[in-house]
Amino acid sequence: MTRAQMLRFFQTYAVLILIVALMVTLSVLSDSFLTLRNLLNILNQNAPLAIMASAMTLVIIVGGFDLSVGAIFAVGSVTSAWIALHIDPYLGLLLAPLIGLVLGVVNGMVITRLNVHSFLATIATSLIFKGVAIVISDGRLISVRIDSYIWLGRGKFLGVFNSIWIMVTFALVLTFLLTRTTFGRRIFSVGGNEEAAILSGIRTHRIKIATFALAGLAAGLASIITTSRVALGQASAGQGMELQAIAAVILGGTSIYGGQGAVWRSLAGVFLLALINNGFNILNADPFFRDLTTGLVILAAIGVSAIGQARR
Amino acid sequence: MTQAALTARGITVRFGDVEVLSGIDVEIAAGSIHGLIGENGAGKSTLGKVLGGYYQASSGSLAVFGQGIGRWDPPTALGHGVAIMHQELQLVPHLTVAENVFMGLEEHRWGVLRRNEAERLEDVMQSSGLRLDPHALTVELPIADQQKIEILRALAREAQVIIMDEPTSSLSSEEIEQLHRIMARLRDEGRTVIYVSHFLDHVLEVCDRITVLRDGRHVLTERSAGLTKQDLVSAMLGIQRTETLYPPKRKAVSELALSVRNLKGNGVDVEALDIRAGEIMGLIGLVGSGRSEIARAIIGADRATGEISFLGRRLDHTIRAATEAGIVMVPEDRRRQGLVMSMPVRANIILPHLRRFARFGVMATRRERRRARELIDRFSVRPAIVDGDVSRYSGGNQQKVLLAKWLEGDPKLVILDEPSRGVDVGARETIHAAICELAASGSAVLLISSEIEEVLGLAHRAWLVDRGRLVQEIDPDAVSENEILAALFRHQSLEGVST
Repeated sequence: MTRAQMLRFFQTYAVLILIVALMVTLSVLSDSFLTLRNLLNILNQNAPLAIMASAMTLVIIVGGFDLSVGAIFAVGSVTSAWIALHIDPYLGLLLAPLIGLVLGVVNGMVITRLNVHSFLATIATSLIFKGVAIVISDGRLISVRIDSYIWLGRGKFLGVFNSIWIMVTFALVLTFLLTRTTFGRRIFSVGGNEEAAILSGIRTHRIKIATFALAGLAAGLASIITTSRVALGQASAGQGMELQAIAAVILGGTSIYGGQGAVWRSLAGVFLLALINNGFNILNADPFFRDLTTGLVILAAIGVSAIGQARR
Repeated sequence: MTQAALTARGITVRFGDVEVLSGIDVEIAAGSIHGLIGENGAGKSTLGKVLGGYYQASSGSLAVFGQGIGRWDPPTALGHGVAIMHQELQLVPHLTVAENVFMGLEEHRWGVLRRNEAERLEDVMQSSGLRLDPHALTVELPIADQQKIEILRALAREAQVIIMDEPTSSLSSEEIEQLHRIMARLRDEGRTVIYVSHFLDHVLEVCDRITVLRDGRHVLTERSAGLTKQDLVSAMLGIQRTETLYPPKRKAVSELALSVRNLKGNGVDVEALDIRAGEIMGLIGLVGSGRSEIARAIIGADRATGEISFLGRRLDHTIRAATEAGIVMVPEDRRRQGLVMSMPVRANIILPHLRRFARFGVMATRRERRRARELIDRFSVRPAIVDGDVSRYSGGNQQKVLLAKWLEGDPKLVILDEPSRGVDVGARETIHAAICELAASGSAVLLISSEIEEVLGLAHRAWLVDRGRLVQEIDPDAVSENEILAALFRHQSLEGVST
């Protein structure tokens, strides 16, 4: 391999290399790390974030950012719990993702109609959504201890948590959309060169709205997993998840300038962040260093991809 | 002859694999106004930017007042007293006139500004005779005044040589005269002005000496006193030009394809334009004449009013409607408007035709690849890789990819904006052949090009364009390049009188 090829390889697989390195280190340092139980637990705990990061990938490829998914998560959490408690548990599980989808469409409409950057638009809508969640829940926790509600977050199918099945299915569907369909091709073209996409007859506004709708749907889906797991709907749920999701996407190596990226990368990004956390727990390391370490790892991953980029 | 302010020896500039300037030797006398002229793409702006340190020459040497220099970038140039004024002004809109003039030269005490720029500006204005309100906000001034800020900025840095790149392109005729007086005054103070322009009258009026460039080469440098406009035109065009061979014109004209009436908007004012199927219609005009804007208005990329009918049906002013009716535009700016650089060759070619290569929204990958392969072969794209990284392709090959993209799918009207700009000779011939083939197959073509020769060689009919209007129809087989250029400048000066 030439130097350039090596850099390219490193750039493409930086996140996987870091994951392997971390897994080896943790396996050596602790017996309780490399067990099926621990690994499944990590996946289970991070499934909601992974779902949100998967959809965030599409938003970032199309050239946007969605800072409102944490707030949509909160709306999903309280509406789902409220409906489950007062109307029907299954309806609660079903409606939250749809509500997320609608809020995502709202985001997309605001961005395309007002022609503002998604960063600004979603800062504003996130406050609005958050406010809605507080109003709906009346500022209180909504406890839903109903078996026909909590099965989703706590139950297993074929010995594996439901949440993991949902996460894997969702990520596969998005991957298929992105790599095999005309919709995916249009996402790449809008993010890569919007002007060229417009001149190619692509309705770029629709494409943007659709990606934000998917991000909203993902946030709603993630919210029911968490809400049914903890049996509690709360307006403060999902706080900060938008930044974690964005960090995971970028950590995976998807370009923040749009036009490039993959869903698997974001899953890897989530998993890497989760491993760091898990490592601190397993090793009983001083949690004061957790943020510091996470930040350094993100910086390292970004640095590697930036070096690769500069060589192009 | 007086001392040379700037001496260029063997300046060559390459952008990628295109040579924009080849071995330019030129001497700019101190205390003179020196004009740099040439056709669009002749390299006059590039040379101006090299002299000002904005571009690096690939090879060759520069000397300032007889002193050879190594490193040459804008700060170094300024240090040697050479300032460049860009065509797009480089000002901070929300600072005042005085703050812009002294940007980077602010006097301060331990980092705290003394805020005395306005007083210091008075001194500079006094000596130069330029007057502006030092406290006015830049953004609120007309362009002509903003240009004065740039000149003052150069003077504040005690620049001896000021390079002005197309400074008059957005000025009224009165403002142009004012600028010319300022130039003369600067010269009389012993400074040197390099005036890059494509307005021959302006250059003849004010310059002491004129350098003509053609195709990146130096043609002549002479005192303007002995030169006429006709001399300049023939020097710009060249007596013996390397002949490009054009395919024979076949005219299988049939029914009316495009009919445009009273199209207005964004600097466009087209009374009537008709193109028949199988016909190549050319638009000829100087840079900034509104050729591309006319094209953008026709396909609905810019807002416009008026009537566009295509193959007998009225067309809405949207890109979507145009695309669906079979109208496509191959834009001038490949990087910005044409190609998606992050996608491979294959995906770029197929982009407008996604629906035909998909079933229920799922891409038919094998069919897509096969078609892309055929088109790559047909247009001899090099390297001929279906998944090639288009951002690394040469200009000519990028243009071929773009043509493949648009000629796939049987368009009924193709608008080509500068199809062979920055493209080498071989690629140019491929592109010309493709254009003729396209017309022969019954498609209408609207060809926009700065290269008059190209339009004459390819088009069946052509219009001269000036300020967004079609001013004169010409028969490409009956007029010479010379006559056209003369006509263009005549229309331009007619306009100058009436405004």
